[in-house]
Amino acid sequence: MIVNGVAVEDTFAEAFGMKATRLVITADTLAWAHTAAAAMTGFATSVIACGCEAGIERALAPAETPDGRPGVAVLVFAMSLKDLQKQVGNRVGQCVMTAAGSACFSGLDGGESLRLGGALRYFGDGFQIAKKFGGRRYWRLPVMDGEFICEDVVGTASGVGGGNFLVLAASRAAALAGTEAAVAAMRELPNVILPFPGGIVRSGSKVGSKYPGLKASTNDAYCPTLKGQTRSALAPAVEAVLEIVIDGLSAADVAAAMRAGIAAACAQGGVLAITAGNYGGKLGKHHFHLREIMA
Amino acid sequence: MSALTLSLKAPPRQRVDMSPLLPERLSGLDTGAIARIELASGNRGVPVGDLFAVAAGDPAELRLEGGCDRLDYIGRDMTAGRIVVEGDAGAYLGLAMTGGALRVRGTVGAWAGAEMRGGEIEIDGAAGDFLGGALPGSMRGMGGGLVVLRGPAGDRAGDRMRRGVIVVEGALGAYAGSRMIAGTLAACGPTVGPYPGFAMTRGSLLLCAAPQRLLPTFADCGGHDLGFLRLLGRALAGRCRGLAWLEDGPRVRRLAGDAAAGGKGEILIREG
Repeated sequence: MIVNGVAVEDTFAEAFGMKATRLVITADTLAWAHTAAAAMTGFATSVIACGCEAGIERALAPAETPDGRPGVAVLVFAMSLKDLQKQVGNRVGQCVMTAAGSACFSGLDGGESLRLGGALRYFGDGFQIAKKFGGRRYWRLPVMDGEFICEDVVGTASGVGGGNFLVLAASRAAALAGTEAAVAAMRELPNVILPFPGGIVRSGSKVGSKYPGLKASTNDAYCPTLKGQTRSALAPAVEAVLEIVIDGLSAADVAAAMRAGIAAACAQGGVLAITAGNYGGKLGKHHFHLREIMA
Repeated sequence: MSALTLSLKAPPRQRVDMSPLLPERLSGLDTGAIARIELASGNRGVPVGDLFAVAAGDPAELRLEGGCDRLDYIGRDMTAGRIVVEGDAGAYLGLAMTGGALRVRGTVGAWAGAEMRGGEIEIDGAAGDFLGGALPGSMRGMGGGLVVLRGPAGDRAGDRMRRGVIVVEGALGAYAGSRMIAGTLAACGPTVGPYPGFAMTRGSLLLCAAPQRLLPTFADCGGHDLGFLRLLGRALAGRCRGLAWLEDGPRVRRLAGDAAAGGKGEILIREG
């Protein structure tokens, strides 16, 4: 398949079922909401070592937030409900509650509940106050700039993590331009995040390593500097590869993001081919076939 | 389909226990069966048909036309549906209700919304003492739901209140929030009676006017912009014009107390 002169390989991205939740972080200004959200979603690129994958979904206008202040929606993904509970509690407690003027609300109803304010309330040392308005329960925790407002629980959903595609380009600059364009297009869509820095991965990995104990190591088949040294998957003209990983609340959300991203990348000069990462189809239950997505 | 309507023929000579007349209990009954339901009045039972003219309709909404302050226990233990009283109501309106909606166009007696756990009560006129309170001997008053009172409230509104929201748009009587355990009582009227929050352990009293007298067991915690008030304002948006200011950066003076009862409650008085 050729899209805008770019070859889309006949392969698929292999993704996994994950537990997901959405938080709404508000603050006095959008900049401070972003600051809190950026801190909360820091070091959350991959469940392999970070415990969860998290990212900013989109900015919210005051009319869209529970307290009428500017806000940011954040999605968090983990391999189990237990992991998600631990990560959400730690990250909200250390990164959102500590941010000046912030408040944190549930952005997802339904599914099994995670304790949010219900877990953090003990920080109030007995001065915490619960309030229930309109069927929703909130905690007021006294902090040094007033009160940190945090919703009691947040819902969860069964999401999809690890949707991906790789942009193979004639130069590093072209690979970066192609993936930047893809990220810009994908960030317009709801229900997905791109958890890696700037939405882009440069150090794609394969399963296993020559070193015992390492679960993952560099994806040498896609490292351009090893083209003559390993069993490379790259054509001679390919000089750089960048990957985009997508987590979404559903397979349809991930597919829609991949479609938008691939189309945007293919519109950039210097992009030679699009491919995807998988493990032979044996590990993940979600398979996103590139040619079906772009059909 | 229009509402099932009961029109009062004449004011009853004695107080009447209206608790059998609930939308969920009247479902499936014809007008004859409804007219035969006995209501306790004094030391005898009185058929509904002797007191009211019964007009068929959808029992999910029950209309009581020509209310009277001797009609007690309207909506007691109500779980669903809607009752509209086109006039006054007696004591114990919505006692221990858990769901549904009650609307009274006139005034109500004491203990309206007492020990309710859910649902909504809206009263156009005044209310007697112990609005949302606890019956004598009970440890807990209102435990959930919403009460909106357009007129003035008597004394000791929110007595032993445990959860839920009471909004009083008129004047608030003395000892509001007495022995309050938790929950929120907001008063947007021009006057607040003396000694609000007497013996409250927790809970919030939000006052748009300073009380006539304040207990010495409340400590001034200064003026603040409290974010949870925005949530309250948005939850009541369009319901209470007197609280519209909550949505726009509300600033209040916070008084913590009652120190004689643990001191974890609060009185919030609007500033500016």
